[in-house]
Amino acid sequence: MKIPTMAEMAARGEKPEYLFWVGCAGSYDARAQKVVRAFCTLLQEAGLSFAILGEEESCTGDPARRAGNEFVFQMTALQNIEVLNGYGVTKIVTACPHCFNILKNEYPELGGQYELIHHTQLLQKLLDEGRLKVEGGAFKGKRLTYHDSCYLGRANGVYEAPRKVLAELETELIEMQRNRERGFCCGAGGGQMFKEEEAGEKRINTERADEALGTGAEVIAVNCPFCLTMLEDGLKARDKQDEVMVYDLSELILKNKSS
Amino acid sequence: MLQAVIFTIVVIPALAFAARQYMHIRRNILLGKDEDLSDHKPRRWRNMLLFALGQRKMFKRFIPAILHFFIYTAFLITQVELIEIFADGFTGHHRIFASSLGGFYTFVINFIEILSLLAFFATVVFLIRRNILHVRRFEKPEMEGWPKLDANLILFGEILLIIGIFSMNGADVLLQNLEPQHYPETGRLLISDALGPVLFGGLSANALEVVERFGWWLHLLVVLGFLNYLPVSKHLHILLAFPNSYFSRLTPPGKMENMPEVMNEVKSMMDPEAAFAEAPAEEELPTFGANDVFSLSWKNILEAYTCTECGRCTDECPANQTGKKLSPRHIVMAVRDRAEEVGKKLRSGDKQYIREDLRAEADKLTKENFDDGRSLFDYIDREELHACTTCMACVEACPVLIRPLEVILEMRRYEILMESAGPSDWLPLFNSIENSGSAWAMSQPRDAWVQE
Repeated sequence: MKIPTMAEMAARGEKPEYLFWVGCAGSYDARAQKVVRAFCTLLQEAGLSFAILGEEESCTGDPARRAGNEFVFQMTALQNIEVLNGYGVTKIVTACPHCFNILKNEYPELGGQYELIHHTQLLQKLLDEGRLKVEGGAFKGKRLTYHDSCYLGRANGVYEAPRKVLAELETELIEMQRNRERGFCCGAGGGQMFKEEEAGEKRINTERADEALGTGAEVIAVNCPFCLTMLEDGLKARDKQDEVMVYDLSELILKNKSS
Repeated sequence: MLQAVIFTIVVIPALAFAARQYMHIRRNILLGKDEDLSDHKPRRWRNMLLFALGQRKMFKRFIPAILHFFIYTAFLITQVELIEIFADGFTGHHRIFASSLGGFYTFVINFIEILSLLAFFATVVFLIRRNILHVRRFEKPEMEGWPKLDANLILFGEILLIIGIFSMNGADVLLQNLEPQHYPETGRLLISDALGPVLFGGLSANALEVVERFGWWLHLLVVLGFLNYLPVSKHLHILLAFPNSYFSRLTPPGKMENMPEVMNEVKSMMDPEAAFAEAPAEEELPTFGANDVFSLSWKNILEAYTCTECGRCTDECPANQTGKKLSPRHIVMAVRDRAEEVGKKLRSGDKQYIREDLRAEADKLTKENFDDGRSLFDYIDREELHACTTCMACVEACPVLIRPLEVILEMRRYEILMESAGPSDWLPLFNSIENSGSAWAMSQPRDAWVQE
């Protein structure tokens, strides 16, 4: 697919409405790459004007900051802010709740003020405006459960936008017992994604995968690339990876058509 | 007259001793770093009314919330009666307000009685829940010993208080009907009118007077006992929940506190001109993050004293629920225990706690030169800090707006920035972000995903 970079657009004297902040997972993780491609396909269908930073994007610094390394965080964050402000970016959409949270809540103190929207919120907005249409019915009536990510949910109080998108797909949404404010973490946040889990009785992602399996859902919908990895691994631990699928919301909308 | 003298001898020292203990706690809280949390006053008052007075977050779990609400309102309303107890105590009167307030007096006493009965019921349920039912969050390792005893003592005190109220009122009702009438009429008391004759019917006038005075003194002594017990107990939350919710952070729970000193340092590194412009005066290296109460915010210590060890945070913590060592409640309890330890040592004035290199010239032990060779790391295991996923479930769960996560993150900062320690798994992460701008070290370009 073809997605312009900010540099390319700037060279043409253009400015997109949104900057799509891809994040490290979307950029490098094979599974998360599929998600960002699906999301960009939808954005292009909706005719939204957007661009990426490409090689000029760096890690937001979220895992470093939460691990305690403020120096590494400040270095990467201040560099990002220089780039973003250089292009005069005002609106950012991101498919990662960790990037979303840190850009929205923590960059302003460093000199980076942007209007942030999470990709599930943008999808809902585009559906509401009729710019994006739910077609097909691959998931119609299917049992599905939704996993709230900590950084979209508790950190920023976004619970309903993703659920409204799911409602458009006419799936049978079965909530896990721990949902919304009480949503159970996938185990990846705070730098855990990059380290071995501490000793315990059970892995956090297995615990959450078990809870999802308990709903009898065929699909687990997520909004975060880290939750995606963790829940897929959790399903593998239970040998359920072929029976239950974990999909990001943008993948669900796209796949819905393929029936 | 004798009663007024005894009353004064008992009450004044009890109040003075309590005041001294509250001053100690205030000083311990102020061991923390200064932080201005006096902005947005209307929002802060609103939080206090909603979360401290209104207990909004308690009601996420309805049954404990309603039982707690009975005890809480009974406790609050019962204190109205103290006004009369104090007035009677100092002047030697009996029910000084009964005749002048008339119907309103009857209403207030009835209100207290009904709430006391509800509180009695709730206390019994809580005692059963603490000691017979196995509630997971009450049986975690950090609850062994004193915390468990503390919880039971408070409930026991509550029972004593209620016994006091009903002995006093029950006997009083019977005394009022004795000829010649010399006990002021309280009006019809719904509960004591029924309970008094059942419990104390048939007792002689003298015996009734003894029972009535026993109830009165018991009530007073339990209250004075409570006042002096609170400072060493988790029950301090009945007072501190108010300032704690008032001063609670208004930022979204996912926002980490910025470190301006690091930000400015990095900014000057990135801008060579700025670096030369202001050569930093070489002072003592500042402490990054926290290893002790001195490097936490005073708010974190206020939170620690506010904690009532209910364990909702731990009950929601994904690390704890899957058997890791981390318990957010333990983190908060550790901060309080450490603050207590430092406070005691500071009050001792013992010069052995002065930092070694300053000991010779310092003439007084102060919080600035304090060093007892211990820190929060003696209370909190690093494994706990490393197990946190920063999911904010603990923050969300706390009924009195404590943020245990803040302490965890500040201690992680200390570990990484001051000690260059921390999980070795994180080193490749840091290196990769620093060198290639990505959380994973990758050789392909960042936008390779577009091409496929």
